[in-house]
This record gives sequence, C-alpha cells and structure tokens, in this order.
Amino acid sequence: MNDSIKKYFPIFVLPTLAAFIIGFIIPFILGIYLSFCKFTTVVDAEFVGFSNYIKIFGDKNFLHSIWYTASFTVVSVILINLFAFIVAMLLTKGFKGTNIFRTVFFMPNLIGGIVLGYIWQIILNGILARYSVTLQFSATYGFWGLVILMCWQQVGYMMIIYIAGIQNIPTELIEAAKIDGATSWQSLKNVVLPMVMPSITICTFLTLTNGFKLFDQNLALTGGGPSHQSEMLALNIFDTFYAKMGYEGVGQAKAVIFFILVALIAFVQLRATRSREVQQ
Amino acid sequence: MNEKKRQKKAEQFGDTSQLKYGWILTLVFSIFSIIFVSPIFIVLMNSFKQKSFINLQPFSFPQSETFVKLENYTRGIEQIGFFDAFKNSLIITVLSVAVIILCTSMCAWYIARVNSKGANFLYTLCLFSMIVPFQMVMFTLSKIADMLGLTSPLGIVIVYLGFGAGLAVFMFVGFVKSIPLEIEEAAMIDGCNPIQTYFQVVLPILKPTCITVAILQAMWIWNDYLLPYLVLDITEYKTIPIAIQYLKGGYGSVDWGAMMAMLVLAIIPIVIFYMACQKHIIKGVVAGAVKG
Repeated sequence: MNDSIKKYFPIFVLPTLAAFIIGFIIPFILGIYLSFCKFTTVVDAEFVGFSNYIKIFGDKNFLHSIWYTASFTVVSVILINLFAFIVAMLLTKGFKGTNIFRTVFFMPNLIGGIVLGYIWQIILNGILARYSVTLQFSATYGFWGLVILMCWQQVGYMMIIYIAGIQNIPTELIEAAKIDGATSWQSLKNVVLPMVMPSITICTFLTLTNGFKLFDQNLALTGGGPSHQSEMLALNIFDTFYAKMGYEGVGQAKAVIFFILVALIAFVQLRATRSREVQQ
Repeated sequence: MNEKKRQKKAEQFGDTSQLKYGWILTLVFSIFSIIFVSPIFIVLMNSFKQKSFINLQPFSFPQSETFVKLENYTRGIEQIGFFDAFKNSLIITVLSVAVIILCTSMCAWYIARVNSKGANFLYTLCLFSMIVPFQMVMFTLSKIADMLGLTSPLGIVIVYLGFGAGLAVFMFVGFVKSIPLEIEEAAMIDGCNPIQTYFQVVLPILKPTCITVAILQAMWIWNDYLLPYLVLDITEYKTIPIAIQYLKGGYGSVDWGAMMAMLVLAIIPIVIFYMACQKHIIKGVVAGAVKG
C-alpha cells in the first residue's frame, strides 16, 4: 500500500510542501541569515557578524519591553487561568442557564485583537477620564488595561477547555473521596486538580504563548505609548523594522532572540506541567 | 454540621438533585454576564452619537442633541471602504480555509501512511513551525511574497497555506493515525487508486477533524492583522482589521464616531457566525486543545 501511495507524492504532498517552503522554511532560514547582515531589502544584504546582536543590548526600549512582556505574561497567565478554572467549576455544577452563560463568556474570543483594542480603549479611557487621565498617561494604565482586555478575551476559551477536563473526571473518583471523608477542599486539591492537569497544561501553554506573542491588542489599545513604555516585544520588533530606517538587521536579530525565548518558554512549561499529569 | 458539609460537597461536584441554592448562582451569573457583554453594548450605543460627545460621555445614552442616526455608519463605510474590506476578508478567509483543509489533510494522510524518513522529517518541521512567532519570519516572508507576486487576495491564500500548514497537518496526522488501516486496504484491494481511496473513504471519516481545523483556521485568518498588512498590497486590498486600524490615521487623530460604527459592523458578522455554528465552534476548540 505504501508504494502505491508514494507514486502520488506530487498530488498529495507537493502543494502543501511548496507553500510551506515559500511561507515558512525560506523566510525562516533567510531570517536567521539576515540577522547577521546589514540590509534594507533582502537583496542588498552584507554580512556583519554579531554586530546586530551587540546593538540590541544598548537598546533600552527593547530591554524594557522584555521585562514588560514577561510581567504582563505572568500576571495574565495567572489571572486568566484562575478565573477560567473558577468559572468552569461553578458552571459544571448544573444550575439553570449554564449553557447560556458558557455561550456568553466564550463570545469575545471570536473578536479580533484590533477590534478588541479599540473597544477597550474607549471604555477604559471613559473610566479614566473621571480621574482626568488617559491610557497614554503611564505604562501602568496600559499594563492593566491589557490585562483586563486579555482576561475578557481569553477566560471563555480557557473555561471551555477546563469544563471539558472537569466533565471527564469519573464521578466514582469524587464519590470515593467523599466516602473516605475528604473535605471539599481536599478533594479539589487531591482529586480534581490532578485529574484536570492535562487541561492546565494546555491552558497555561496557550495563555503563556499568547501573552508573549501579543501584538494586535497592544497596537490598538495603547500603540506602545507613552513613548514606547507600554510596548511589548512583538510591537518593539515591528517598530524596529518599519519605523527606524537602517535598523532592519537589528530588528531581525531581535526577532531571532524573540523566537528563542518563545521556544524556550514553551519547552520548559510543557516539561514542567506534563510531568505532573496522572494517567487516567 | 455534618449535614451542612455534605450539602457543600454535593454542590462542589455537580450533583444537580442536591443543588438547593442553584437559583442564587443563576442570579449571580446573570448579573455577571450582563456586565461581561456590556462593552459591546457601550460601543453600539456610542455608534449613534455625534463624534465629539463619544470621548466626553461614553457611558450615557444618546440624547436628542447627541443622537446622529446612522451618520457615523455612512461616514465610516465611505472612509474605509468597509464593504470592499468585508469582501476581501470573506474571500481570503473562505478560500484559505478551503485550500488549507484540502491540501493539508491530503498531505497528512500521506505522512501518516507512508512513514518514510522524508515524511517524518516534514512532520517534525510542521511541529517546529507551530512555535515560531510570526515576527521571526514577517520581514522575509513579506519580501518573498512581494517577489513572487502573492500580494493579491488570491496570492495570500498560498501564504496562509504555508504558514498555517503546521497546526493543520499536526491535527490531521493525529486523527489519521487513529483510523484503522483495514478500511483503506479494503478499498485498495477493491481497485481504488490512492486518490479514489482518499476522497471516497478517508475524507468522509476525517469530516469532524475538518470542521475543527476549519474553525480554528477561520478564527485566526478572519481576525489576522499583521500578515495581510505586510503581505497584501494595501493600497488596493484591505481586510476588516486593516481597514479599522487605517481609521486611526496619523498622529493619533481618530474619528471616534466612525470608529464605533465600524467596530459594530466588524462584530456583527462574528456574532451571526457564532450563533449559527456555536456547537461546532465549542466542540472544535475542545478537540483542538486536546490535540494541541
């Protein structure tokens, strides 16, 4: 059977492979090469070694954006997962209207980042106007604005995943714990949490990478203001490429560092939570 | 005391028959839901106000002197060419999703069934591409797309197929591996060639996964801003997110009236889509997460 399928390689694989090479493999390899070059378009690249990488360390805005992105990610991962888990626990109790509430909480997830950014800009500025400031006043407002926005967008998505995880727990397990005299806190800690660990792995992974890669919401909500102080990594890289002339090489070097960071974090997180999962 | 504890435990674990205080939760969640969706209604309300009043009093209803009927809508539609943007978004999303489903499911079937070194290597590359952030390839990708002339809504479909292949191939391979080989072998023995086997036997079995992949990809492509912004020739083709960002203009001067109206128009199709295939969307998200 294998051999007869192999003959059809051009029909089955070639379209995807060709697009994958154009859309991913060439840009990726070229991107790594260009991070060691000085260039304005791809064709005039001139090899300069590590000088792009060295320039990054003098870029205060970039270093600030790493710190800002990291703290945003930590706060948003904790809050989103906490809210999502609590709501999921409550919504699996089976009271009237749970389906409607689930539908409502999931909805913001379908709205795109740019649209979300402007929705929250008008609302948060409206609230802040009472204290006669705006989101552009300080990076702290931008920070918490983004946290609120991301919670609003993602709690519903994570909630859906947690609900599926909670519903997968066999009822016998919980009943057994009950008969053994476990308090509700004990059975939450010792039965429910270990059993939903796969969902926790997925949700922390998704919120972590979403937080780190955040771009659209950042651009639309504050645009990085005031003066790059609320700028996250992805936006900083974009600005280096397209707002500063002659910094394309530095931008590409930043992008490589960004990629390594994201890959490292994703890898460490998966190792850490996977090891806590139990076999059902 | 004991009775109380038992009650509490029952509530904790979805024992509906014993849930006496369910109506309190219903009430609390109803209030919470109303607060939760209020941002959308605030935007809707403001879309009927005269633009100079939106920033001054965003939380008050439009009154006789601030109410402007549909003026914001007509002005916004004209400024950003909303219907053109809608058309572009729709064409790009529908075509890309269709192409991704067809091509990547075929590719995934080949990878899962052929099991050669090359096929496994391609699979590993697909997994790898899933963790690479778009910023890593954005500059080079936009230049290559430019060189190859992929700057039209039709051309960008190829870019989406390439960049979206990772997740789609990964999910399809996972599902194909769970299909028993015997079904396909039987079809082959009956004289089907691989193409017939694929379209008449495998693809119908893959249908649930196709829906999952379609929903995840559609949610991504419809809302995507940066990729089309960099790849498309935006003087000619705008998608909805690009058109909305375009409304911001230079130096932070924003026509908030038109902005509110366009946000409403951007949300309406999403809400309709959500209402129409809510069950599939929620199932798709769960299935996608479990595979991911």
